[in-house]
Amino acid sequence: MTDVIEFIGKVSLFGFRVITDLFRRPFEMEQLWLQLVEIGSQSVPLIATSGFALGAVMTLHTRSTLVTFGATAEIPTVQSLAFFVEIGPLVAGLLLAGRVGSGIGAVLANMRVTEQIDAIESLSVDSFKFLVVPRVLACVIALPLLTLFMDFSGLLAGFVAEYAASHISFHLYITRAFASVDWPNFIPPTFKTAVFGFLIGTASAYFGYTTNKGALGVGKAATNSVVLSSLLIILSDVVLVKCIAFAFPGTAL
Amino acid sequence: MSPDSHIAVCFERVSKLFGSKEVLHDVSFQVAAGEALCILGRSGTGKSVTLKLIIALLRPDAGKIWIDKDEISTLETEGLSRVRRKMGFLFQDAALFDSLTLYENLALPLHRLTSKSQEEIDSDVDKVLRQVGLAADKKTMPSELSGGMRKRAGLARALVLEPKILLADEPSSGLDRITASEIDELLLQQKTERQTAVIVVTHDVHGARRVGDRFAVLDKGHLVAHGTASEVESSDNETARQLISLIC
Repeated sequence: MTDVIEFIGKVSLFGFRVITDLFRRPFEMEQLWLQLVEIGSQSVPLIATSGFALGAVMTLHTRSTLVTFGATAEIPTVQSLAFFVEIGPLVAGLLLAGRVGSGIGAVLANMRVTEQIDAIESLSVDSFKFLVVPRVLACVIALPLLTLFMDFSGLLAGFVAEYAASHISFHLYITRAFASVDWPNFIPPTFKTAVFGFLIGTASAYFGYTTNKGALGVGKAATNSVVLSSLLIILSDVVLVKCIAFAFPGTAL
Repeated sequence: MSPDSHIAVCFERVSKLFGSKEVLHDVSFQVAAGEALCILGRSGTGKSVTLKLIIALLRPDAGKIWIDKDEISTLETEGLSRVRRKMGFLFQDAALFDSLTLYENLALPLHRLTSKSQEEIDSDVDKVLRQVGLAADKKTMPSELSGGMRKRAGLARALVLEPKILLADEPSSGLDRITASEIDELLLQQKTERQTAVIVVTHDVHGARRVGDRFAVLDKGHLVAHGTASEVESSDNETARQLISLIC
């Protein structure tokens, strides 16, 4: 039990240091840009493809149920609300935890065991600011943007699946999809993924940056990064959903 | 009390523990500018830890470490940064940044720590790469370099800021005799031509013989002998005599 509390304390302090160092010079803009490309733009194919597949499957399932009640006209609404409110943010977060979390954990752990982090320090460069802060910040910035890709890919796939079944026009589908969507259904759930990004970046960077077990440590850092990031996303989602419902009571589903 | 002005590195009764294990105990030595000290000893006796203490990657648990006039064991980030600029570190496996090209590896410290123009940085990098015989490889990624080339590239990065103190952790490990000899030659050049204080951790008796002016022998974290080859040879410590006999 003491170990668990100690671990939580260490990760929390690590995250706190990320936040404080974020506002301390020098600002590593070049590193941030590199990480945005690596974490953000290179994740777009994964996110868009997954969103499309998930959107198509969801429409197929929803249709088979709603047909029974003669409520197929509600399919676009269900699709958009499901994606904007929960599926898009959560699945984008979990996918990024897998792709980026393991990457950050493994890269930093490898740099630690091959003494590259020591080499950075020996050159009078703050390795934490140079390596950790830009990665966490890139996750924070990239995740809401990737969530938009997930949302709209899902919506597009929903239209394709529905068009195949009922030949609905694109204009009518979009009109119905957005008829029940208010800004609070869209903005807070999208921006809650910035918190997911912080959790992914911090947990992954913690395992990578602090590893000390050689090649074995690299593998463990990658695995632990994905496991802890995914767990934190799911747990924090419960809290965030409650917070959003509290802040925007009229829009709670 | 701070050491004499010509002393580049001074260890004063330094001890270091990892958990409950003491890896260095009450170690004291000095290295002057233009002098080369070879630290010898079996594996796991605290040799690499000594280098990491000098460049403040580790902090001592007891004792003082002087770099020029600065006592570094209590220095904070900014002071440490200033002191580290005086030092170059050749890591055992070179520790090149594998996401950067060879040129970028060398240019990074110049960009970060100097106010030189891009032309000056290009010229400095080219000069150092020529010195180590890698001028044609500046666009190469570290993963594409051989072991010897990586070591020379690591040395080039350590030299690019023209350090007053050069630290080398097993510079010839895993290299053939000819490449190891080239590295030794570069270390010697730094010592004689630029009056750099050179501290080398090595198991290579040939290299130690060529480069070292004085020798420090560590055994189980204790400095068991320290001085010129003849002084260490007449030491009453068996391990020190054994090691130095291989060199002399």
